[in-house]
Amino acid sequence: MADGVLLMRKGMGDAPLGGPPAAAAVAPHVTIRGLTKRFGKLSIYDRFDLDIPRGKLVSVFGPNGCGKSTLINIIAGLIPPDAGEILFDSKPLRAIKFGYVFQNYREALFPWLRSVDNIEYPLKLTKLPKAERRARVEKLVAHLGVKIDLNRYPYEMSGGQQQLISIMRALVVEPEILFLDEPFSALDYEMTLFMREQLQRIFIETGTTTVLVSHDLEEAVYLADHILLLSRGPAQIADYVRFDAHRPRTDATLSEKDFVTIKAHCLEVFQREVRKG
Amino acid sequence: MKRIPDPFLPVLGVIGLVALWYFAVWIQIVDPVLLPSPTDTFRAMYKGMAGGALGFDFWMTVERTILATLIAAAIAIPLGIFLGASERLYRSVEFVIDFFRSTPASAMFPLFLVLFGVGNETKISVAAFGAALVILFNVAYGVMNARKTRLLAAKVMGASRLQVLTGVMLLESLPQTFIGLRNGVSLALVIVVVAEMFIGSTDGLGHRVFEAQQLFNMADMYAAIFAAGALGYGLNLLFLVGERYFVHWSGK
Repeated sequence: MADGVLLMRKGMGDAPLGGPPAAAAVAPHVTIRGLTKRFGKLSIYDRFDLDIPRGKLVSVFGPNGCGKSTLINIIAGLIPPDAGEILFDSKPLRAIKFGYVFQNYREALFPWLRSVDNIEYPLKLTKLPKAERRARVEKLVAHLGVKIDLNRYPYEMSGGQQQLISIMRALVVEPEILFLDEPFSALDYEMTLFMREQLQRIFIETGTTTVLVSHDLEEAVYLADHILLLSRGPAQIADYVRFDAHRPRTDATLSEKDFVTIKAHCLEVFQREVRKG
Repeated sequence: MKRIPDPFLPVLGVIGLVALWYFAVWIQIVDPVLLPSPTDTFRAMYKGMAGGALGFDFWMTVERTILATLIAAAIAIPLGIFLGASERLYRSVEFVIDFFRSTPASAMFPLFLVLFGVGNETKISVAAFGAALVILFNVAYGVMNARKTRLLAAKVMGASRLQVLTGVMLLESLPQTFIGLRNGVSLALVIVVVAEMFIGSTDGLGHRVFEAQQLFNMADMYAAIFAAGALGYGLNLLFLVGERYFVHWSGK
């Protein structure tokens, strides 16, 4: 499984993530083995292997159409794979709690429910009593320090606030893993910057394993502990880069040497893959 | 000169029409027997509605129209959800629905007369038949066009098929359902009024218009026509207000 041996950058103090013996310190949270997916004649993944480390934020970045979103959609069970095995602590998806945040918050939230009821929705599905649901939401609100009126309907809120509601809806079940599919790409730049900080805060506060698909390299590196760079179809791991800058990261991080070097490296890999395609 | 505030703009058209009517009566462009003055017409309408025959006929038509719409909704909404939930199922019956939706319901009268006789049932059932197809088609499309992301969002959070249907699809289809109800009630009114003009009818706005015309009582005839217009407009408005209340998120 040559592809499964994750190519780590030398000289950055990395321990390989994928190689079983060296990564013994922390077992990976998610293991993907032999993932295969075709859309008609197009092969998106062909015997793809990947490990997602526990309690880390992994950004997925790559050329258009390489299957970034498809990857998390398969992991989160939205699209069935043709073959392969995906395990969460050696358990299948149905045995774990997870959260998923869609790019299109407008279509992902329920406009007939107030924001607070939107957030409670997944708890309602598990038949949790009303009082307990309220308590869980209040706990989450306090935990995240959210200061918006949750009695409003989503359509009465700004795009950023709506996406924040989506993220809270994903977090309220206390998921073991959180998936975000280009969560900020429908927001304007100002709101994107604000939401990045919100997401970083949430990640620091909860330490939930997070997989973020991004089409913005700066964002992908800035938020990530690991940047997964994919090649064009069938997608392979072009590189799996580690970024260790301490949190909370700030605007100053963006001009630090480490950030600049890693971003430049990722860009180089990305452009190499784009040219290949 | 001060501008007229926007909410009063629709009044201008009404004033214009009444003025034109007075003018036409004044220069006698039409035989006065055929075109009574607005004053005579509105007097006939007031007298008719306040305890007269027109008021009774008005309520008979309201009753039939509402009853027909209720029957249509009770059949078409569940059926529309059922058909819309499976696009392949809907496609297989789409032609039949579209065919009968395109058939003028008035062409079905003789058939329904044979089935239900000359009584109230025929009028209500033909109107319900026409309205049901309009509602059915809209509900099914509302369900089929439910935002895929929203259904997926519910599914990914662990909603069962039934929970997706009742908690998401149904509400997703609600705006389109209201459009269907609004079109359905308009069509039901059209059919009921036509049916009331048929042989054997003894009441209803259609009967009133027809009888006034037969007796050459033009003021009464116009009064009945305006009453029918007010009824149609009022029903439409009622459903619009209902829509705004129940589907507050529509168009947002």
